[in-house]
Amino acid sequence: MPIPTRHFDALIIGAGGAGLNAALQLAGAETSVAVVSKVFPTRSHTVAAQGGVNAALANVLPDNWHWHMFDTVKGSDYLGDQDAIEFMCREAIPTVYELEHAGVPFSRLDNGKIYQRAFGGQSQDFGGDQAARTCAAADRTGHAILHTLYQQNIRAKTHFFDEYFALDLVRDKEGVISGALVLEIETGEPLLIEAKATLLATGGCGQVFRTTSNAHINTGDGCAMTLRAGIPLMDMEFYQFHPTGIAGKGLLITEGVRGEGGFLVNKDGERFMERYAPRAKDLASRDVVARSIVTEVKEGRGAGENADYVLLKLDHLGADVIDKRLPGIRESSRIFAGADPIREPIPVFPTAHYQMGGIPTDRFGRVVIPARYGSEEIISGLYAAGECACASVHGANRLGGNSLLDILVFGRLAGKDIIEYVRANPHRRETDPASLEQAMARLTRWERTGDGVPAHQLKAEFRKCMEDHAGVFRTEEVMAEGYGKLCELRERFKDARLADQSKVFNTARIEALELENLIDVGLAIAVSALNRKESRGAHSRPDYPSRDDINWMKHSLYYRDGDRLDYKPVRTKPLTVESFPPKERVY
Amino acid sequence: MKISVYRYNPDVDKKPRMQTYEVRPVQGMMLRDALLEVKKQDESFAFRHSCGEGVCGSDGVNVNGKNCLACITPITELKEPIVVRPFPGRPVIRDLVVDMTQFYEQYRAVKPYLIRTDSFPEREITQSPEDRDQLDGLYECILCGCCSTSCPSFWWNPEKFLGPAALLQAWRFLADTRDQATDERLDALDGPYKLFRCHTIMNCVDVCPKGLNPTRAIGRIKDLMLEKGL
Ligand SMILES: Cc1cc2nc3c(=O)[nH]c(=O)nc-3n(C[C@H](O)[C@H](O)[C@H](O)COP(=O)(O)OP(=O)(O)OC[C@H]3O[C@@H](n4cnc5c(N)ncnc54)[C@H](O)[C@@H]3O)c2cc1C
Ligand code: SF4
Ligand code: SF4
Ligand code: FES
Repeated sequence: MPIPTRHFDALIIGAGGAGLNAALQLAGAETSVAVVSKVFPTRSHTVAAQGGVNAALANVLPDNWHWHMFDTVKGSDYLGDQDAIEFMCREAIPTVYELEHAGVPFSRLDNGKIYQRAFGGQSQDFGGDQAARTCAAADRTGHAILHTLYQQNIRAKTHFFDEYFALDLVRDKEGVISGALVLEIETGEPLLIEAKATLLATGGCGQVFRTTSNAHINTGDGCAMTLRAGIPLMDMEFYQFHPTGIAGKGLLITEGVRGEGGFLVNKDGERFMERYAPRAKDLASRDVVARSIVTEVKEGRGAGENADYVLLKLDHLGADVIDKRLPGIRESSRIFAGADPIREPIPVFPTAHYQMGGIPTDRFGRVVIPARYGSEEIISGLYAAGECACASVHGANRLGGNSLLDILVFGRLAGKDIIEYVRANPHRRETDPASLEQAMARLTRWERTGDGVPAHQLKAEFRKCMEDHAGVFRTEEVMAEGYGKLCELRERFKDARLADQSKVFNTARIEALELENLIDVGLAIAVSALNRKESRGAHSRPDYPSRDDINWMKHSLYYRDGDRLDYKPVRTKPLTVESFPPKERVY
Repeated sequence: MKISVYRYNPDVDKKPRMQTYEVRPVQGMMLRDALLEVKKQDESFAFRHSCGEGVCGSDGVNVNGKNCLACITPITELKEPIVVRPFPGRPVIRDLVVDMTQFYEQYRAVKPYLIRTDSFPEREITQSPEDRDQLDGLYECILCGCCSTSCPSFWWNPEKFLGPAALLQAWRFLADTRDQATDERLDALDGPYKLFRCHTIMNCVDVCPKGLNPTRAIGRIKDLMLEKGL
């Protein structure tokens, strides 16, 4: 039976902040757009972002986009592309105003302007005093932004395919991406969505690790789809561990807590960040704080029965500030840590949080790969934006508040570029049956019955393996062993089976499809990490403790085929200002 | 610990049934964790969930007769035997998964987006902290549906009564000093059903996992209508 097919000008896979902001641009033009999401849009994980979005509005302290740019370049440990960073920091300001106009209920200052708080890694005047750059709606900024964007899409009458799961990209006979094969979760039936341009906005892959701030749905699907299409993933070794997850649970406690004046102590009540980052202390960059916490625990200064976490103290802020600025944190801490932060500290430990790397794009969201004429050739009709993409503005370490910014800025830009692209390429592309068949095989493979490991069992093993072998500190030995285990898991996965063969809302089948994606992405992380022989940003190797700009100031590109790696240079030249040359990074 | 869950898979079942599983309770276990344990034992069991921290609104279920979010409901707060069913009054797709189409349609029906007729300033539209405070207790809604699917008026008149979640959002925009569509919004809510079918039964307030108060919001809309002489 032929697979039902729908046609659109543009297909957006993902309805988080990136996908929804792109959709809004397209809906405004005369472009037909389909937005596919495996969950109802407001369930996307952007909803969980707490602390805020960065923009140099200077509402609280002096600020400008150039300082923001400096902090971002430094935060990236000089691996970020400076043209993209300049662009993002400039665009931040109109982007936040646009959000406010769209209805985001930002918290307010007495003069009626948007409230801004301090976040880690922010400075005035190129490394001077702490800045306050993070625009916040209490500690529910992501929720406020995601709901507002969805609401604006309701107004714009965007065409949504809610609870459709994208299986794989498909191509036409010339090899150009012609859309994607998706699965309607409710009926379990496949649907081919053909489009002139396709945007991947599928978010992060935190589920790769056992302990994570990411939701059940953050399984790196778009990244894995890209890998299977023969396109490399960039800088995947740079995975951010957020310093303050609720110990043992992984749930996030926003950096905003420290921005409002909270701080970390060890079992002796010592404010240990003063030792690791004398100037910025608790508001040093995330990689620095995460390593400090792990070191405290490793050296026996952890708190609790098993001495396996540190404490985040904020009771001194007072109930008023906590209830006004951090109500969500108080609620989460009470429910999940059994601690009311008004009275007691929150037990915290680093948690897998954010992928700095992803699908390589230029600053218009166009996917670029090394080809015959250089390291960044555009793949016609394929776009990526949001956490799954790598522009690269975060380099080796992302600053808090820069991801919401990234997804909004580049989501919007991708939307705008797609409009142009569709105008210039108005012809419908017909999917090559061979390509479609390949995509279908991902689904039909699960119809095999008989003996085999249950998929969910492999998933637990896999996530533990990633946590043990690709965590905060990484040595050759630990990583090589991990890679071995992952290769074995990849083999065993081929024999994984599903007991449940039913179609209607079969979540076991969805999870099995996600597991395949997780394994592909996990290998990208493991292989890229094993090969990078230096410490930079979030990639920290006790066996190669320093940054090596001579050999390693370059982006990794991982290809699934043969676990192959390639590299490309960092773009150090900004658009209009002078470039920031690499310097030692101290906070 | 025994947990009894509602099972129905249209592919294989003629009619729904309850099935009981044995789950070992652990410290800090939430109902969602218990349901995940059930799924480990029986992968054919389906329910929606995602964030695990009460912000995405995916995992609303009915447990021991009351709607809640599974991920923030500690099992220690539940009396055994724990009986988990899908939201009442919604068509069941499979097991605990229900069809929420109508709930979303009602949300869309209140034009849940900021409407302005003035042109925008170059910077933000200013708003005093006091005016912004008016949105607290409204904007935090996660569209989980716990309230509307426990509202008797919604069960009886789902086509006509908008239900607490949608009405809470209607008030969220009426209460926003930046919005300029008050008359239009109030006109759209007029009539005997959309708004006025609320009989202040308060089920919605009782179950909202975010501690929001749709009844009060509905009251405020009614007051505003009177004030405007509609
Ligand atoms: C707890 C937490 C707090 C955070 N706080 C902050 C903060 O304060 N400031 C900040 O700047 N950043 C923060 N971040 C990071 C930031 O929120 C995320 O990076 C960002 O929201 C990602 O947005 P996105 O649009 O790329 O993806 P998401 O919002 O994750 O959306 C992904 C979308 O893709 C869809 N999708 C995925 N796979 C498929 C598939 N196979 N088929 C169909 N659809 C699919 C999903 O359904 C979803 O709609 C935080 C992150 C977390 C986890
Ligand atoms: S108070 Fe009104 S909206 Fe709430 S449950 Fe009762 S009838 Fe429904
Ligand atoms: S008002 Fe409360 S119960 Fe109702 S949908 Fe919103 S969050 Fe859920
Ligand atoms: S899983 Fe997101 S609200 Fe419960």
